[in-house]
Amino acid sequence: MLELIEDYQLLSAFWMTIKLAAWSAVFSLIIGTIVAIMRVSPVRIFQSLGTAYVTLLRNTPLTLIVLFASLGLWGQLGIELASRDSSTFVIDNGFRLAVLGLSVYHAAFVCEALRSGVNTIPVGQAEAARSIGLTFGQSLRNVILPQAFRGAITPLGNVLIALTKNTTVVAAIGVAETAYRMKAIAEFEPGMLMVGFAIVALGFVILTLPMGMLTSYLSTRLAVRR
Amino acid sequence: MTDTTRVLFDAPGPRARLRYRILAGVGILLVLALAYAVFLRLDEKDQLTAARWDWVLTASAWNNYLIPGLWDTLRAAAISIVLAMVLALLLALARMSEIAPLRWAAGVVVEFFRAVPVLIMMLFVFWFLAHRGWFPNTLNPMIGVIIGLVMYNASVLCEVIRNGVVSLPAGQREAGLSIGLSPAQVRRSILIPQSLTAMLPTLISQIIVITKDTALGYLILYPELVTRGRQLGSSEAATLPAYVVVAVLFILINYTLSKIAEGVENRQRRRARSAGPVADADQPAVQVPITPGGSTF
Repeated sequence: MLELIEDYQLLSAFWMTIKLAAWSAVFSLIIGTIVAIMRVSPVRIFQSLGTAYVTLLRNTPLTLIVLFASLGLWGQLGIELASRDSSTFVIDNGFRLAVLGLSVYHAAFVCEALRSGVNTIPVGQAEAARSIGLTFGQSLRNVILPQAFRGAITPLGNVLIALTKNTTVVAAIGVAETAYRMKAIAEFEPGMLMVGFAIVALGFVILTLPMGMLTSYLSTRLAVRR
Repeated sequence: MTDTTRVLFDAPGPRARLRYRILAGVGILLVLALAYAVFLRLDEKDQLTAARWDWVLTASAWNNYLIPGLWDTLRAAAISIVLAMVLALLLALARMSEIAPLRWAAGVVVEFFRAVPVLIMMLFVFWFLAHRGWFPNTLNPMIGVIIGLVMYNASVLCEVIRNGVVSLPAGQREAGLSIGLSPAQVRRSILIPQSLTAMLPTLISQIIVITKDTALGYLILYPELVTRGRQLGSSEAATLPAYVVVAVLFILINYTLSKIAEGVENRQRRRARSAGPVADADQPAVQVPITPGGSTF
């Protein structure tokens, strides 16, 4: 079993999964927040753009988005996210394209999570903010968003868990993460398939279980008392 | 619950209206600039020539690639949702049973398959069957896709059913017990039927998730829409256009489904047939009011 972990670099594969999840989480949170602000903004065109973004991205399979990033953006349009001269060009470029695909996809879900967070805020909060003369931007920054983030901990945590599991999809473009290594085990070491699956499955349980527990702890801890 | 977003800003006065118009103008300009940049890039790489796109109107592209791909996607999704629902019911019954070991076993199964990525499950089942050779090789990818989808979605739907039961008023259960039904009978004939009605919108949005996730079959050579799109792209030398067409097909199907789910949800809220609120796949089974809507993955 230890040999299997060593031969197929399962530890570095899990490290890759964690890196993918962490970077994509950061970027999807940024993009998702921007889209959410657009969706609640008073300017009609921004609302429609935000809605269009969520509708398009949420209804497309992640596999397709990731393939599009690699074969479309890089393969056809020649968009490279790493320097060609670098010795790790192929690995870096693949990784960054994967993060790009994962981020734009999950940003749609982050946006919806934040919107559900906005909906947990009593109307009085927004009315009070307006009545003391705060502009839309001020009330968003000082009143609405802080409460929205705290109210959206549970759905945001669910997005993070889904994101962690969805990083496996980037095996489709050859990023050497967990699913990619498991495929190699399945192909070259049929006898160890069960053991490999058990290790990988256990690894994901270990990764996602604390996230779930942390989420429910934080959601009670940070809940806005009303 | 009222929609907070509607009171975030005042009805705009003349100056605010002007400001909004300017912002809208800037927004439109930005979008146009972006679209133009994309257009230039596409044009520069010869992606907009007629030769790249004319296959969309040919019968062979549709008959040999897109329609078979669509058929395989929808077939796998349909089989999966039916099996997942049946398994979810059994799991939910087991998780709420009076027999403790059965409850624990179901709990372990549900938590395990919720934590393992669908793709990992598919890879395992596909390669396991490929090595054993129990089924003809052409069937293995489809079985892999279906088992992967069923195990995950059954676990998710099991929690939705349980959520629905938990959120029913206690009086439902007490009334059943007081007319002499056993706890199992109360569950079967009073609690679960109401929970099922309440979960209909969630079930439909779960169909969207399943339809999208059949695309994971790409990695185990299941000839669904994305796989066919890739083949089509290389045979017509039109990688990008083929993906765009496939994406449009997926968006059309899933958008229609999400509209249906929304309609069913509104209808149920209006008629309030069930005593419980609409259940949500994302919420843990705890006794809190469940917010309707929410996201699906």
